Amino acid sequence: MTTAKKRDYSLVGESTRRAIETGLASAEWYHTDVARKAMKELMQRSDGPAIRDTIIWIVAILGSAAGIVWFWGTWWVVPFLFVYGVLYGSSSDSRWHECGHGTAFRTRWMNDVVYHIASFMLMRNPVQWRWSHARHHTDTIIVGRDAEIAVMRPPDLIKAGLAFTGILDFRYSLPTLVRQAFGTLSDDEKSYIPEMEQPKAVTAARWHIAVYVATIAVAIALRSWIPLVLIGLPRLYGTWHMVTTGLLQHIGLADNVIDHRLNTRTVYMNPVSRFIYWNMNYHVEHHMFPMVPYHALPKLHELIKHDLPVANPSMWHAYREVWPVLLRQLKYEDYYLKRELPPTAKPYRGEFHDLDITAAAAE
Amino acid sequence: MAEWVEACAVEDVDEEDVIRFDHGGRSFAIYRSPDDAFFATDGFCTHEKAHLADGLVMDDIIECPKHNGRFNYKTGQAKGAPVCVNLKTYPVKVEAGKVMIDIG
Repeated sequence: MTTAKKRDYSLVGESTRRAIETGLASAEWYHTDVARKAMKELMQRSDGPAIRDTIIWIVAILGSAAGIVWFWGTWWVVPFLFVYGVLYGSSSDSRWHECGHGTAFRTRWMNDVVYHIASFMLMRNPVQWRWSHARHHTDTIIVGRDAEIAVMRPPDLIKAGLAFTGILDFRYSLPTLVRQAFGTLSDDEKSYIPEMEQPKAVTAARWHIAVYVATIAVAIALRSWIPLVLIGLPRLYGTWHMVTTGLLQHIGLADNVIDHRLNTRTVYMNPVSRFIYWNMNYHVEHHMFPMVPYHALPKLHELIKHDLPVANPSMWHAYREVWPVLLRQLKYEDYYLKRELPPTAKPYRGEFHDLDITAAAAE
Repeated sequence: MAEWVEACAVEDVDEEDVIRFDHGGRSFAIYRSPDDAFFATDGFCTHEKAHLADGLVMDDIIECPKHNGRFNYKTGQAKGAPVCVNLKTYPVKVEAGKVMIDIG
């Protein structure tokens, strides 16, 4: 019996060395064949859909914020907190994501403006996270390389549960910004942020901290919690939707493989969640073809679904599917959910996916 | 020293599009701009090894298919993170319906 090596999720450790040595780092990934003409049409940029969605987004944010101020001190404030929290603490994640890719709008500065606003809402350093996300796309769920693995193995279920409250992320994100504002980047951060970009990361952190300090000052001056409820704290009370949708992207699936069909999940979702999430429920499609804007992902899905595992019909279905896998990973961290391909799909390439660290699979 | 090689026929590249051209163990990207001019650059993104011919041409910009890094394909200029290193460009001429690039 062989003993599997434990995963080291540091980006400068043993798993990093192994990923580079085995060719998993910066590898060539599987892509479904799509004719150039069709792909070119899907990749086309347009400002229209994102301008429409952003106007709705901003109006809803301002409207719910006004409701919070107006009804503060009464129970009527609760629905406004609910809406504002989700818009601020959850939908900002998909805006950060799409605008970071530069695909939401055709016009570059529009992507940049929304990217920076959304990064602030999420307490994410816009420079650091641009680079971490580039790494996530290069080395998706490659242990020791991917800086954005949400649930590591063996899974810490308490931590995963607390993620829905935003407490852990808040406790991580704010001190991280403070540390960066004082000019210190961690070794992991330095491993994926190029040296020439690192001073920009420090400057960005200082701007974010300055706004939070100003918000606290206003709250003290007004002797009111409202400024903090509107800026900063939604990262706590409004994060649950981002976590509910985002955890499903990769949880329970294979790691250390170079086929997004094995490590990424597409889930059908209701229209409200899709608006909040900007269609990132089509996540296999997004990872395979990150050039395709969010509004074209449903079309891309129709075009390539013959080559992908069948999408989960709902979030509930996906969580029911993954829960027993997580429980089993508590004892056997190599265990994962290997998703079935339809008969029309090209098979998984065994030589890429049969490494010892992904030896056990549930079919 | 100039070394002109035939890369493709004019009609092989759609307007506002790009194709791949491999020669002598090297890979190039051949562009046709919206105003019907031809340009050539190294084939691979300077950020990571992704071929630009799978990317998207918009006006003067080629966007890498892997991380959406953008270059001006006429000048090779990198337009911001995650691309920081400029792209090498090559002289191009069109002769008798053929696109020639100087890879020397």
